[in-house]
Amino acid sequence: MMGFARINWFRYSSPQAFYPLAGRLMPWCAAAAMLLIGVGLYLGFFVAPTDFQQGQSYRIIFVHVPAAWMSMFLYVVMAIWAGLGLGLNARPSFMMAQAIAPTGALFTFLALVTGAMWGKPTWGAWWVWDARLTSELILLFLYGGVMLLRTSIDDSRRADRASAVFALVGVVNVPIIYFSVRWWNTLHQGASVSMTAAPKMAATMLTAMLVMTLGFWMYSLAVTLARMRCVILERERQASWEANPSQQDALEVR
Amino acid sequence: MKPRQKRFVLIGLGLVALAVAAVLVLNAFQSNLVFFFTPTQVANGEVPQGRSFRIGGMVEQGSLTREGDGLTVHFIVTDMAKRVPVMFKGILPDLFKEGKGAVAQGQLGADGTFIASEVLAKHDENYMPPEVAEALAKAKAKGAQSSSTLVVQPQ
Repeated sequence: MMGFARINWFRYSSPQAFYPLAGRLMPWCAAAAMLLIGVGLYLGFFVAPTDFQQGQSYRIIFVHVPAAWMSMFLYVVMAIWAGLGLGLNARPSFMMAQAIAPTGALFTFLALVTGAMWGKPTWGAWWVWDARLTSELILLFLYGGVMLLRTSIDDSRRADRASAVFALVGVVNVPIIYFSVRWWNTLHQGASVSMTAAPKMAATMLTAMLVMTLGFWMYSLAVTLARMRCVILERERQASWEANPSQQDALEVR
Repeated sequence: MKPRQKRFVLIGLGLVALAVAAVLVLNAFQSNLVFFFTPTQVANGEVPQGRSFRIGGMVEQGSLTREGDGLTVHFIVTDMAKRVPVMFKGILPDLFKEGKGAVAQGQLGADGTFIASEVLAKHDENYMPPEVAEALAKAKAKGAQSSSTLVVQPQ
């Protein structure tokens, strides 16, 4: 216990120390993601019962809801790293924000597409401009804006700061997405699972959805770590320790 | 205060200012952010005149009728306070049912009938196997029965 507490966690805030750590953690996260998503899909498609009013079409919930949760959660995490980067003037924090953005955008896109595929058979429309759907679309644009702003500025320090400010401004959209179904009347139904009320779905359905969510978590971790390594390689290429990353890895393994 | 702390305070103040601005803007646009109007709002004349809008509510039990052409349907949308008759020519979504939610887009006719050009089904956030739904419905019917026996009938 003491040994665990005595580890200097700030050691890993240096890219040089984080690079091999990310390399070691990544395969475990990836394996856990594959396992959890596999089990989650099996539970969702073969074990969970059909729904009393939607029949089979509700099953897209097992991808849609975890993806939508991740899209919002990753945005908040990205904004926190961006804020830490601005406050502490710390380059690795900006790198984390940079590494998270594409995964968040992917989950937002996934949530929108699966939502359209769900909307057509149940509501009767692929897309409607209600508050929930529109604010989720804005989230996709915010992710796009953060990434575009970064690539459009050559100086990496200025790119870091500009995209961090943009990410922080956009964070106001996340509660709007989450509470949109409560604040305004929307076509999108309310939350089935929340912190304050008992889940409004059968236990097997809920289990499948939570397993999928854990799987998406692990996937996000794995991909972010892998992307973090690329970002470090790219941005630290002038640093001496980075001269031969494969050698660095070899040393770590030994 | 260290410069680092100053920066965090600045970021915090910025976020608070942003949140306040967002609340003000959203409040100002409140009426434009609703996806549909309720029958009560229709009855109170709070709906846009002369242009298309959406109404939403529950499809009243037993109100769905079909005309001879098999395509034109009539039903009543209610929010349990007011009712709006709706006419629609087209194919209804699979989940469209009496006693369930629906949203219709269209215009209010002169006679108070809502002429819909599109009808969407609105489903709720409850998911359960059909057997459970059946059991719940049975229990509810039973509960309603037993509670009604408790009501003292006025002589």
